[in-house]
Amino acid sequence: MPKDVAVIGVGQSTFFRNYEGSIRELAFEAFREAIKDAGITPADIDASLICSAPEYDKQRSPSGLMAEYLGLNPQPTFAIETVCSSSTTGIRVGYSLIKSGLHDIVLVLGFQKMSEISSADSQERMGRGADIMWESPFGTMMPAYYAMHARAHFERYGSTEKDLALIRVKAAKYGQLNDKAVYRKGLELDQVLSAEPVATPLKRFDCCANADGSSCIILASAERAKEICKKPVWILGLGAATASLTMTGRESLDGLSSARLAAKQAYEMAGVGPADIDVAEVHDCFTIAELMAYENLGFAEPGKGVELIRNGETYLEGKIPVNVDGGLLSKGHPIGATGGSQVRTIVLQLRDEAGAIQVPNAEIGLVHNIGGVGIYGNVIIFGR
Amino acid sequence: MGFEKFGRVSFTAQTKVGAFIENLEKGDLTATKCSQCGRIYFPPRADCPWCPDSTMEWFKIEGTGKLVSFTRVHYGPTGFEDDVPYTLALADFDGVKVFGRLSKDLEEGQIKVGMDLKAVTAFLPGGQISYELVPA
Repeated sequence: MPKDVAVIGVGQSTFFRNYEGSIRELAFEAFREAIKDAGITPADIDASLICSAPEYDKQRSPSGLMAEYLGLNPQPTFAIETVCSSSTTGIRVGYSLIKSGLHDIVLVLGFQKMSEISSADSQERMGRGADIMWESPFGTMMPAYYAMHARAHFERYGSTEKDLALIRVKAAKYGQLNDKAVYRKGLELDQVLSAEPVATPLKRFDCCANADGSSCIILASAERAKEICKKPVWILGLGAATASLTMTGRESLDGLSSARLAAKQAYEMAGVGPADIDVAEVHDCFTIAELMAYENLGFAEPGKGVELIRNGETYLEGKIPVNVDGGLLSKGHPIGATGGSQVRTIVLQLRDEAGAIQVPNAEIGLVHNIGGVGIYGNVIIFGR
Repeated sequence: MGFEKFGRVSFTAQTKVGAFIENLEKGDLTATKCSQCGRIYFPPRADCPWCPDSTMEWFKIEGTGKLVSFTRVHYGPTGFEDDVPYTLALADFDGVKVFGRLSKDLEEGQIKVGMDLKAVTAFLPGGQISYELVPA
């Protein structure tokens, strides 16, 4: 089990519907928490990786702006982008910069101010998230793609809209405990099932909300981590894979092949298996995404993911607690910041600092962060 | 040229596979086939990364396909607001998968995964052209 790179500081802004400040100020909210958490100064940081989906930014090349505003000149900085999984791709790049010996301490900043542009502009950009030559012309959008995955899962395995609704009810339960979440109301099963359709079979509460937010993760080499940090959390395994952007290039729709492959790589590198994971954060941009994650990560056999949610096994008291911080469904989904927020939750769990949502004696945690509809899949395993 | 006619909102006018539109105008939905390795590509592409080569032939997608999955969309992205609801679908034509819209004439209750479909050319307002999937 490699212990070469550790997380020594984590931070996250509150996630907002509309943040009343600029992107630099939004970034600072997560940065301040992470720097204080690590107990270092900007001068200790050797490089910064700035993760966001640039189509929402008015500022051209925000990395330069962020490095200046956060006191990170003259160290190198550059942008990392894999849409919704940008900040875990940042973790992967940060890991390799440290493991190579090039840098000792690397800061991974994720941010997105989705309200920076108008809602119509934002919708237009989302339409362009599909293949703009061959699929966008039909009027595609993210919920529609995940809806087609949901329908395929239902057909093959007999999962139902009610199973998806159970996932949202769980997310809403834990969202109420997370003071950084956008959506902090409880939801009953009937409310979720009777909501208006967005793209059938997905309805309003099967979908996460857009949000403004930032996250910040500070990584260090083993030597520096041991000097600086009382409770380093180690990166034990990393996996990353891709799949076709077009639906036509996918072998099947009842799971995400990039997630499956990334999980396999991460488990092999860490030398652990699904049964060893004590707590997980998965990319539940839609309820179906969490259900597919159960299976793609090996928490359940293909088609058996529904049993986990039906039996409450992914609740705090269950066999494998998943998204007990409310997930994207409750927290909201500020594209570039999302992966870092997931990492923060797992790091707090492994330090025994997760408060009301603490999983007792959590030793190994997993993050599953997906870009697009599984175009990019990142899985990272952490240990204390 | 010609590709600006594709779909209701066309984001790309320039491509080397613009003859796809001419084929559609004749009623043919076409893929490309690599003349070296024989791989069939839908959506059509000008280049095969495996050979790597750019000598492609047009390949007509014929017969009936099976519906793999679908969704009825109730909120459209910019430019599609007035179209809703519409149904997006993926069909499998003997190993060649086709993404598109299902016929507006189908009620959601009539749509079943596995049903037989065929692709037909759709002539749209304003001189635009596309294809749609209809019951076979």
